[in-house]
Amino acid sequence: MSVTEMFNYIQGFLSADQDVREDIRKVVQTLEQTAREILTVLQSVHQPSGFKEIPSKCAKARELFCTVRTQICNLKTKFPAEQYYRFHEHWRFVLQRLVFLAAFVVYLENETLVIREEVAKILGIEVVREKGFHLDVEDYLAGVLIMASELSRLAVNSVTAGDYTRPLRISNFINELDSGFRLLNLKNDPLRKRYDGLKYDVKKIEEVVYDLSIRGLAKEGETVGDK
Amino acid sequence: MNRREGEGCPRRNADAVQDRDASANPSSPVIAAFKVFQQELDTKHDKYERLVKISRDVTIESKRTIFLLHRVTSVPNAEDILNEADVKLDAVRQKIGQIAEELRGEDIFQFHRAFTAGIQEYVEAVSFLHYIRHRSLISLEEINARLVFMTTEKGSAEALQPGGQVLTFQVTPSDYLLGVADLTGELMRMCISSVGNGDIDTPFQLSQFLRQIHDGFSYIGNTGPYEVSKKLHTLRQSLGKVEDACYALRVRGSEIPKHMLADVFSSRTTLLDPEEGVV
Repeated sequence: MSVTEMFNYIQGFLSADQDVREDIRKVVQTLEQTAREILTVLQSVHQPSGFKEIPSKCAKARELFCTVRTQICNLKTKFPAEQYYRFHEHWRFVLQRLVFLAAFVVYLENETLVIREEVAKILGIEVVREKGFHLDVEDYLAGVLIMASELSRLAVNSVTAGDYTRPLRISNFINELDSGFRLLNLKNDPLRKRYDGLKYDVKKIEEVVYDLSIRGLAKEGETVGDK
Repeated sequence: MNRREGEGCPRRNADAVQDRDASANPSSPVIAAFKVFQQELDTKHDKYERLVKISRDVTIESKRTIFLLHRVTSVPNAEDILNEADVKLDAVRQKIGQIAEELRGEDIFQFHRAFTAGIQEYVEAVSFLHYIRHRSLISLEEINARLVFMTTEKGSAEALQPGGQVLTFQVTPSDYLLGVADLTGELMRMCISSVGNGDIDTPFQLSQFLRQIHDGFSYIGNTGPYEVSKKLHTLRQSLGKVEDACYALRVRGSEIPKHMLADVFSSRTTLLDPEEGVV
């Protein structure tokens, strides 16, 4: 094979690769749009009026996840299944956001940490790499950390809306999450950086709980009205 | 049992400490889940580190092979050097076999960054040897054809054991491209040193070959990996040095004693100065 022939072959390969990436980008854009719609629905729980509407917002969000499942099905068709990590960077960001949104919905519904398998079901994907388009454990953890920040904000806004018991429950939840993360041996990578933010969320929620308890506002099982 | 880092935030609420200790209950489902995550992450990181170590060995041995190959221009019996290089590269291939073993059943792109540097260095070394022998560019297919390993039942990569399984390592077109880009730097060095040894044929052959490679890279432009654009700049400089060397040989070769030829090509600015008098 001559030099020219070799480079022609390589150019063909690179060109095909670019086409695949372009297709992937287009589908990822649709996923990002749906993620924004879900976020808009869920953001409104921070409003004082939003608290009562949590169940209906969760239902609305779950409807939108149907669209996500369809879009991810579409994404799977754009590249060979065994080359997930070759193109992973294209959807890593939006997938982490979708994990956050799924985890947030589940928390609002029953105040537990959504497990990996449950998130995968909501998104219509696998947990185990060999089975197909899967949820990488680091993306799951990143999404959970994004939710932790959202919960610290929710703790603050709960108080403003007059719900003085929710922050205590959020506090217990986040502290257990923190204990879990402490078990991990993280490398100096983006996940580690994101985990470093968790302690600020913990601190913020602690302060909310402190503010409530010294004023005698926080009593387990009671919701105190506005002062 | 206070494992909090503190960070200047004093304990203000004893209840909070109690709550936290209660949540750190080792039998809680959250903690159990994170123990699984810990194992998964540790396993992945350990494999990545093993690959980095092997890749470093590949890089070092490939670089040593390249240094060895540069000696062909200054030594009467090139064949000895070429044979020694063959032996060294066989050892490198064994190492690549270990990489293939680690990657068995994995998605190779999940770990690509761990071993890409080593593979590029190997491509550089093997294509350098190929050029010296055959005066042509080794193809990606030829490279990959030699990265086939037979494994024993225990899973260690050894050459040609009967009843074993076949394990292959595929160099990607992108790693091949980057390795060839680095090759051009070595070819430029070979050109300069061959002139210094009185060889006035090699520079012209190299010039033509490098020009073909350069044209190939120009054709690819920036559709390749982004590192290619950086290497293209160096490639242009290498090509320039080689072309200037050929020019000087053509125009002034007969005037210059062979042992002074090397000095003439030591810098491009020297060549461009028309007032330069050389004896």
